[in-house]
Amino acid sequence: MPAVTYLEAIRQGLWEEMERDPAVFCMGEDIGVYGGAFKVTEGLIHHFGPERVIDTPIAEGALVDAAFGAALTGLRPVVEFQFIDFIGCAFNQITNMLAKSHYRWGAPAPIVLRGPCGGGVRGGPFHSQNPEMYFVHTPGMKVVAPGTAYDAKGLIKSAIRDNNPVLFLEHKFLYRRIKEELPADDYVVPLGKARAAREGRDVSVITYAAMLHVALAAAETLAKEGIELEVVDLRTLQPLDREAISNTVKKTNKVIVLHEDTRTAGIAGEITAVINEDAFDWLAAPVVRIASLDTPVPFSPPLEEFFLPKVADVVRAARRLKSY
Amino acid sequence: MIDRPGQEAIPREGLLWMYERMSLIREFEERLKWLVETGVPAGPVHYCTGQEAVAVGVCAALEAGDWIASTHRGHGHCIAKGADVRRMMAELYGKSSGTNRGKGGSMHITDASLGMLGVNPIVGMGVTHAVGAGLSSKVRQSKQVAAAFFGDGASSQGAVHEAMNLAAIWKLPVVFVCENNGYADATPVEYAVAVNNIADRAAAYNMPGLSVDGQDVLAVWSAADAAVRHARAGEGPSLVECKTYRYYGHHQGDDPHRYRTVEEENAARERDCIQRLRRWATTKKLISADELDAIETKNRALLDDAVRFAEQSPLPDPSELLTDVYVAEP
Repeated sequence: MPAVTYLEAIRQGLWEEMERDPAVFCMGEDIGVYGGAFKVTEGLIHHFGPERVIDTPIAEGALVDAAFGAALTGLRPVVEFQFIDFIGCAFNQITNMLAKSHYRWGAPAPIVLRGPCGGGVRGGPFHSQNPEMYFVHTPGMKVVAPGTAYDAKGLIKSAIRDNNPVLFLEHKFLYRRIKEELPADDYVVPLGKARAAREGRDVSVITYAAMLHVALAAAETLAKEGIELEVVDLRTLQPLDREAISNTVKKTNKVIVLHEDTRTAGIAGEITAVINEDAFDWLAAPVVRIASLDTPVPFSPPLEEFFLPKVADVVRAARRLKSY
Repeated sequence: MIDRPGQEAIPREGLLWMYERMSLIREFEERLKWLVETGVPAGPVHYCTGQEAVAVGVCAALEAGDWIASTHRGHGHCIAKGADVRRMMAELYGKSSGTNRGKGGSMHITDASLGMLGVNPIVGMGVTHAVGAGLSSKVRQSKQVAAAFFGDGASSQGAVHEAMNLAAIWKLPVVFVCENNGYADATPVEYAVAVNNIADRAAAYNMPGLSVDGQDVLAVWSAADAAVRHARAGEGPSLVECKTYRYYGHHQGDDPHRYRTVEEENAARERDCIQRLRRWATTKKLISADELDAIETKNRALLDDAVRFAEQSPLPDPSELLTDVYVAEP
């Protein structure tokens, strides 16, 4: 089996779910013949036709509302945002319509909202953001953020099969930078389950998406100094895998939470609270947050470099915690 | 180009200005394209090459104190409104001396002192800003006019329709300028828009709507001038649709031949706005070819200087990341 990229893994997941269930269809801007801005939907229109791979005008609000109507009447829409930054145009539709319909009148909204997030590609303020926490904060939503090709495919398939609205965040820095061999069979990765990406005894790093690879690189460096990092990949942000978080705290007693989203009210604050609630007595040091700084995502290379968390930040924090 | 009533009202200086601005926009973007293709990492860039007549024809009808709201394809709007190409180029290089101090990049280039309401790469949103500015003008009785540039793609955005309705019911001094270049990214306007002319949608908001040849800078000017006068007289908004064409793909690196033909592109270049003004003005003996050549030589020198300025300016210090998040306390 040839190795496939993170991007191709998502494309395969979409393809297989559309084959499996005729109710599944895709809609978005230029996703048909053009294949989408990043080519995640390349070729889908030729196999499934324009009735199931639907190009839309640039109208994210109307697009999400149309998907909602389709979901209420028996379909399972997968909506692409060209850049996830544009999700703000549909904020009302998502947080008020999709997320609350089952609570309000018992109507499920099985919709996947997917699109490229994240920085490190010089996209500037409106093409690099990580908007997960607006939606993690919205009861009724699920939020998924894969960090590997295997998880990207398994999670998109689970998201499509889920009966709730799912925000599926694809990190654009990873699209073509990572690849791995995938199983040939029909596998899924369950929503809400974290994974130990690396076992270690000294310090835990709890992270997800592109920062997973920063944590793993830091672990390599630290291993040479005899510091064993445990890396936990959350994979799903809503619902959080509280058990996996507690288990790693109980194992290493020292925790770093690492994310690319900005620091204030990022998920590190939430995870710290979860640790306080579930495993406070097991802590041997304060929880450390490493995150992007509290600014818009800047365009200029030295500014973006300064803005994003780096391997050296993790290494420094882990050394400090080790000797705490 | 055809002669039309009112055209004689454009003084020779006006024609020279239009030529100079269109040529400067062309030179800026062709130079930028060359720089990007030879390795300058200018981030995501959307060229307006081919569409220069729309920005210049509209801004020719505006006064210095009037406003414009621009789009992701905004370099032409900035230059037509008078932006400094040195600071624009520096922004594309991510330098502190850039219009946005390196924090925005191509799709955010703005000089507020020129009446720019920002360049907004979330499609259609700038239109609502122009309506807000129009409201401000009306409340303050300042007689300023706001022109909102938006594309054929943005014409499908709900916020644009909401904005047009507000401007109409409040009779705001706003000119909606639709730059219909035929494609929203890769999606043809014939697919995405239900009417033949986007200007027809003006009827839904009970305002004048006019569709003009966007490759004829005098036609754009004539329509914009009428709309600006209408707005300034307190008669409310208008919609001017300019049918134009972008010579390159949606953005740097896009392959437009996935969705349009070389024949179609060549036909559009036959109608080039700069060459048409040159032919018309020289045939009428209003301006000599030598004068126009001299303008182009001067613009090339301006761009040489702009690139030098951008290259020599310092990259921002990391400490600049933390500034400007909030307005500083007085």
